[in-house]
Amino acid sequence: MSATLTPVLSATWGDERAWTLDGYRASGGYEALETARAMEPEAVVEMVKGSGLRGRGGAGFPTGMKWGFLPPLEDGKPRYLVVNADESEPGTCKDIPLLMASPHTLIEGVAISSHAIRAQHAFIYLRGEVLHVYRRLLAAAREAREAGLLGDLEITVHAGAGAYICGEETALLDSLEGRRGQPRLRPPFPAVAGLYASPTVINNVESIASVPAIVRHGSDWFADMGTEKSNGVGIFSLSGHVTRPGQYEAELGITLRELLELAGGMRNGRRLKFWTPGGSSTPLFTDEHLDVPLDFESVAAAGSMLGTRALQIFDETVCVVRAVLRWTEFYKHESCGKCTPCREGTYWLAQVLAKLERGEGSASDLDLLLDQCDNILGRSFCALGDGATSPITSSIKYFRQEYLDHLDHGGCPFDPAASTLFAQEATK
Amino acid sequence: MSDNGGASAGPGMTTTPDKTAEKTVTLTIDGTVVTVPEGTLVIRAAEQIGTQIPRFCDHPLLAPVGACRQCLVDIPDAGNGRGFPKPQASCTIPVAEGMIVETSNTTAAKAQTGIMEFLLVNHPLDCPVCDKGGECPLQNQAMSHGQGETRFEGVKRTFEKPISLSANVLLDRERCIVCQRCTRFAAEIPGDPGIALIERGARQQIGIAEGRDFSSYFSGNVIQICPVGALTSASYRFRSRPFDLVSTPGIAEHDACGAAIRIDHRRGKVMRRLAGNDPEVNQEWITDKDRFAFRYAQAFDRLRYPQVRDEDGSLRPASWIEAFELAARGLAAAGGVGVLPGGRVTLEDAQAYAGFARDTLGGADVDFRARPLSAEETRFLATHVRGASPVTYADLDAASEVVLLGLEPEDEAGTIFLRLRAVRDGKRIRTVASLLSAGSHKLGAELVRCAPGGEADVIGGLDPGAGAILLVGERLATSPGALDAVAALAASSGARIGWVPRRAGDRGAVEAGAFPLDAHTRDADQIVEATLSGDITALVVGGVDPDDTADPAAFLAALDAAGFVVSLELRESAVTQRADVVLPVAAVTEKAGTFVTWEGRHRSFPKTFDLPATYSDAEILGHIAKRFRGVDTAALLPRDASSTSASGRVRTPSVAGTFRLSTWKLMIDNGSLQAGDKSYLATARPAVALMSRDNLLKYGTTVTLTGDRGAITVPAQEADVAEDVVWFPSNSIGRGILADLASPGSMVEVSHA
Repeated sequence: MSATLTPVLSATWGDERAWTLDGYRASGGYEALETARAMEPEAVVEMVKGSGLRGRGGAGFPTGMKWGFLPPLEDGKPRYLVVNADESEPGTCKDIPLLMASPHTLIEGVAISSHAIRAQHAFIYLRGEVLHVYRRLLAAAREAREAGLLGDLEITVHAGAGAYICGEETALLDSLEGRRGQPRLRPPFPAVAGLYASPTVINNVESIASVPAIVRHGSDWFADMGTEKSNGVGIFSLSGHVTRPGQYEAELGITLRELLELAGGMRNGRRLKFWTPGGSSTPLFTDEHLDVPLDFESVAAAGSMLGTRALQIFDETVCVVRAVLRWTEFYKHESCGKCTPCREGTYWLAQVLAKLERGEGSASDLDLLLDQCDNILGRSFCALGDGATSPITSSIKYFRQEYLDHLDHGGCPFDPAASTLFAQEATK
Repeated sequence: MSDNGGASAGPGMTTTPDKTAEKTVTLTIDGTVVTVPEGTLVIRAAEQIGTQIPRFCDHPLLAPVGACRQCLVDIPDAGNGRGFPKPQASCTIPVAEGMIVETSNTTAAKAQTGIMEFLLVNHPLDCPVCDKGGECPLQNQAMSHGQGETRFEGVKRTFEKPISLSANVLLDRERCIVCQRCTRFAAEIPGDPGIALIERGARQQIGIAEGRDFSSYFSGNVIQICPVGALTSASYRFRSRPFDLVSTPGIAEHDACGAAIRIDHRRGKVMRRLAGNDPEVNQEWITDKDRFAFRYAQAFDRLRYPQVRDEDGSLRPASWIEAFELAARGLAAAGGVGVLPGGRVTLEDAQAYAGFARDTLGGADVDFRARPLSAEETRFLATHVRGASPVTYADLDAASEVVLLGLEPEDEAGTIFLRLRAVRDGKRIRTVASLLSAGSHKLGAELVRCAPGGEADVIGGLDPGAGAILLVGERLATSPGALDAVAALAASSGARIGWVPRRAGDRGAVEAGAFPLDAHTRDADQIVEATLSGDITALVVGGVDPDDTADPAAFLAALDAAGFVVSLELRESAVTQRADVVLPVAAVTEKAGTFVTWEGRHRSFPKTFDLPATYSDAEILGHIAKRFRGVDTAALLPRDASSTSASGRVRTPSVAGTFRLSTWKLMIDNGSLQAGDKSYLATARPAVALMSRDNLLKYGTTVTLTGDRGAITVPAQEADVAEDVVWFPSNSIGRGILADLASPGSMVEVSHA
């Protein structure tokens, strides 16, 4: 593994008008669709299986295997492809730039994937706040249709109304159907009874957008990249206290140390304090994890999750209690309310954390927090509640003393302005 | 642990997913081996061995949702040798062969205690002032599965309290644990999704669904299944504490369905009524009428003592003995007696009326029917209803097809409505009616359109399968030839007949023979005619509202014409005002008895209140009979009743008009047993005339309907009805349409008001 970028999805982002059909075609766009159309659908599924592509939405479930779960076509029900573009996790910012820069990559992926699973109607559920991306997606879908590229495939781009829970795939389906977005009881699984109770495949934007490249270059090309069990490339989103934040597409298995080199190091040369490997729902890492290979297995072995490869980087100026409280307030705000532990637990956690940040409370509150998290983790209806506990348990694991310092100090010992960009510029 | 939230806790009340499931599964729960049908949920399987896993959102009659997470258990072996790494919600997970479940080991107990603690974080813990305190699943399970002390020291969520979900149902949101039992009930059971979850996170709450209102005839059930004190009844709120109440089982007196109820009373007064649990009949649901309409028995105008007509013409109080004596003498002196028991009496009372008429009075005419009727119906009742082999609720479940004839189950037989709704998938339901009512729509019924009076032809054209059930409403009596057509159809197709009257006592009265059993005795309409003509000079009238009868004016005139009238009544009425002897009868809570359901099922109930000097109709008739010293039988018998045909009055429209009147009684209307609960009455559906779009455009949204008995001016709405039909509810305004407008099926004129 060398510390180099491997641009696949992002290769054309800098091209002239890359978001237009002409711009996309200039770099070979929609050639893979032609190739795929000439193949039997099953062969495309096998190709994706062979590539080892795993879900890029965070869970890492093998994409081809997911497609294989669809029941036989005989039941006469339509099949749907649903693309989860409700990117809302704090720190996660890969799908939106991809859609902004090259929406046709997704449209082509949708067309190929729909061919593979024999779907005639595909839905793209987009986070509603990103109006500019919504426009680009609508335009791309229209361009593709008008150019006759979609055949009889219908693509519906749907803008969500701004609920984090709608990124959970079954809540997304309910929302798409016009209902209240809350996770569904499983079984039945979406592959059997998903959208409108019909067999449905739900994939992340990056997963589907990866399909054209796999068809174009072959499954071996993709499988040869990455690590043994985490094949291919992925977009790593670096944000926070790095010199050059942004999207870094690289093979899975790259380390944060290597990524930081590519990104010009920590901002102002400060020391790395903690970071999230895959968004706020994945347990925090510290500077001791700089050399953990960023693939599904290695990150899990080190006690976290690869998630969406949203690397939020925090330097020594940041108060971890403050950061965790902000995330917890996010989960409290976004808890859908369906199940008790997530609804009430996040409400309570936020109050305990706020108290600790103010320097009130006692050391026993840390044990209370950990016990609350234990009562939420694995007890909630969906993964939202689990995710809410990750920053708390991991931060107490690595930074217990910093929590206690708040109590000794009678408040936060950090200067909250010190971590800001304007503070640094002022001191220069 | 008691679960007064109606969650049917306890092994005896649990339901299994499919009674016909042959395959069973054997698993181990807390070390006890149990075998249950395949597909059973773990929480139900545990009930089979007497283990009550704590729960809130779970309800055996609602689809699993897994929202509250209170029922988490440890499953160290899912039956495949591998365990679940996390605790599982036992209300959503089906059993598996060889599964091992621990409901109270350290893992399960920690999970359950943790959830309970979370539930109480935002709960006000105001049990001492909460209506649910003492019968609250949250309170009970907090005691059994919670911690003594809370670790929560923060700020609780608050809401303005309470808000009205409907006139009946109030919501204190801060008490709510959003288990969704109420919203799931509303959507799944009656199909009235007027309440829904709104907001999210800790602000998530129950509210009125967007663009709807919580208008449901079954809304009170949500109060009962609420596992906390969030939903309360507007009329019961703050009225009593559960532990001060005495509970008596009862049978609802408002329709012929025989729903089991629980009567909760205190110091001789009914405070509330709840649904009983009878899987064979009403399961755990009752109508709002069964739940809320009980205050008539406590009404200010309830008759408390006998009265007799004084020399000056006014009624004066009398002793029971004097009243019995005067009644006996007056009847003995009469030239002919008609007995009209009404349709609300128990089987025992109906038998007493029938016996009194035939034995004591030596063959007097008797007819329980206090509504439009026909000679055809009399034959039908004698041939196809009395003693007929029962068609049951279970038969409705199993039937491939159900045809509704002159019956609107949502309005007239709520229990049938819910039973049919529960099994509507895969069943063909057809309704022969002038329009597809909201209730029929919720049943997924197909409309076989039929103008009032045209039923006989339409019925002849039906082709039900042999496994079909024809549910025949009492209203079909007003459509000439319809009941004969039903009988012919049943004979030719093999379909079975279920006769569904509206009143609780109707079927019992049929079985008791309290109607003309031979051609020489008069039916109720003929009794009225004979009284007017002087052939009958005395009447014994039970619970009959003259305005319910085929010709209210004639009935009242008959009361005036009769030389002697004995009234057995609960409350002052048009009959008591005209009676010579008024005998107050026991209300349904004041006597034991039996109602016979539409199926023919006997539903006995005990006495709730044992009051001195309070007599049932049967007891009163017995006392009169004891004092009865003979009758001039020559004046009574024989005679030929066929010379008069009072029932013809119903059929022959006497006003030429442009519209045929279609009508039935809405569930919540001006019926005399519904008086007294304002909140309940406020949930009545509006009395609106329904007509076609073209007619609405022509006549406007306020119309005057004019019939042979009067005119009413009412609001009108569009509906999918024939051009020559107008629908209006029978008893929702004034004295009801029989008194104020015209007979069902007759012609009325419509004009712009």
